[in-house]
Amino acid sequence: MAVDEVSFKVEEGEIVAFLGPNGAGKTTTIKMFTTLSVPTKGQLVINGVDPVKDPAAARRSFGIVFQDQSLDEDLTAYENMYIHTVLYGVPKKERKVRVEKMLRFVELWDRKDDLVKKFSGGMRRRLEIARSLTHHPKILFLDEPTLGLDPQTRNHIWEFVKDLNVKEKMTVFFSTHYLDEAARVADRIIIIDHGKIIGHGTPQSLMNETGTDTLEAAFLKLTGSVIRDEEAGTVDNMRMHVRLRRGK
Amino acid sequence: MNVIYILWLRQIKRFIRSKARLVGSLGQPLLYFLAFGFGFGPVYAKAGGGNYLEFLAPGVIAMSILFTAVFSGIEMIWDRQFGFLKETFVAPVPRIQVVLGRILGGATVSFVQGLIVLILTVLTGFRFSNLYGLPLAFLFMFLIAVLFTAIGTALASIMEDMHGFQLVINFLIMPIFFLSGAMFPLAGLPKALAVAAAIDPLSYGVDGLRGALSNTAHFGMATDLMVLLAGVAVCLTLAVWLFKRIRM
Repeated sequence: MAVDEVSFKVEEGEIVAFLGPNGAGKTTTIKMFTTLSVPTKGQLVINGVDPVKDPAAARRSFGIVFQDQSLDEDLTAYENMYIHTVLYGVPKKERKVRVEKMLRFVELWDRKDDLVKKFSGGMRRRLEIARSLTHHPKILFLDEPTLGLDPQTRNHIWEFVKDLNVKEKMTVFFSTHYLDEAARVADRIIIIDHGKIIGHGTPQSLMNETGTDTLEAAFLKLTGSVIRDEEAGTVDNMRMHVRLRRGK
Repeated sequence: MNVIYILWLRQIKRFIRSKARLVGSLGQPLLYFLAFGFGFGPVYAKAGGGNYLEFLAPGVIAMSILFTAVFSGIEMIWDRQFGFLKETFVAPVPRIQVVLGRILGGATVSFVQGLIVLILTVLTGFRFSNLYGLPLAFLFMFLIAVLFTAIGTALASIMEDMHGFQLVINFLIMPIFFLSGAMFPLAGLPKALAVAAAIDPLSYGVDGLRGALSNTAHFGMATDLMVLLAGVAVCLTLAVWLFKRIRM
């Protein structure tokens, strides 16, 4: 079982970091909220909607950036964005305007007609974030959005997310392994391990509770320092293959 | 409709852009046509079969459609984890539209591929006896394309990774091709082979094409059409059903 009786609440307009060692249940939880997976028991509510009962309404309310890329590399940035507007039922007259606005927002407008396969990891991430915002979601899910990116790009992305949170009052729920990022960006931290929530609070309150002075130390104290030997599934093998292929 | 159309268009664009793949996939059918066509031609004529090129061309056209169609379905395994498929899974659109868009796109691409092979066979020596049969030939080509894209999609929906791919090629696609009568006449076969050919859905596609282009149908074009339509109905339903059940 990946997740067992997890219970938490995220307020509107909050930035929440969802932390945990590999295999703790982060991605599984995000999959359940985003209708990719169905819980066997319990209840979910996202933006007032149960994603199991009304997946379409739930889907309209969030945007998501997956851990693994979900762009079509053989299409241009513009085409990827445009398909998104069609999938989300954006009226035809509005599509071009919205795509242009979002591409300018992530500073990719001048590259709009380039195929995504020519983009760097950071550019792809920016494009995915832009795409996930095109239908004006209330909640943004980011599953390890900065994995494998250099510090400059990571900073850029977080500035951008914080900005969105302030200006658009968007709720942000993200997972990451970079604890300094979580401490810097998140209002609140939820730590999950072995499918259960073992820590919950502001970065400061977690440090106080554990008597530590960094979030990383607090995290290690809560989750222990044993390295997790996650059994590699087929997906992990494929992921490895992708990384090797892309030379990263 | 919008969704199906944009997903269809996506595949057409990808097809047009991947010229290397297009040229590569023309090599095999053309080699079969030239090597077997001219190689076995004299023996075939001596045995009283008539013009072997005329007999073989429909088989080679069907072969190219078969391979392209199954591949375009199977491609989805990769797409599921590292490509665009997840984007469509979290979008507020019914999965049936997603899968129909995909299958129609894949089928159109395979059809066009078959069309190019048809032109190539004409350029290298194939003379079809009946120009009026051409629209009917197109219908058969399209049905073959839809049928096998649906089969590929259904398989990709239940396969976890690419390991099963070789299995599918060697134990499903190759037998489907070789037992279909694409290369040899179905009349006067040993019992076992005749039964195998009668079960093989591609037999009816090849036979229908042969009927339309060369006036030599073994089962009769009405039977061919009916079997193919039934096959398309069954496989489409199966593909939609399995696709809806994909869990990430």
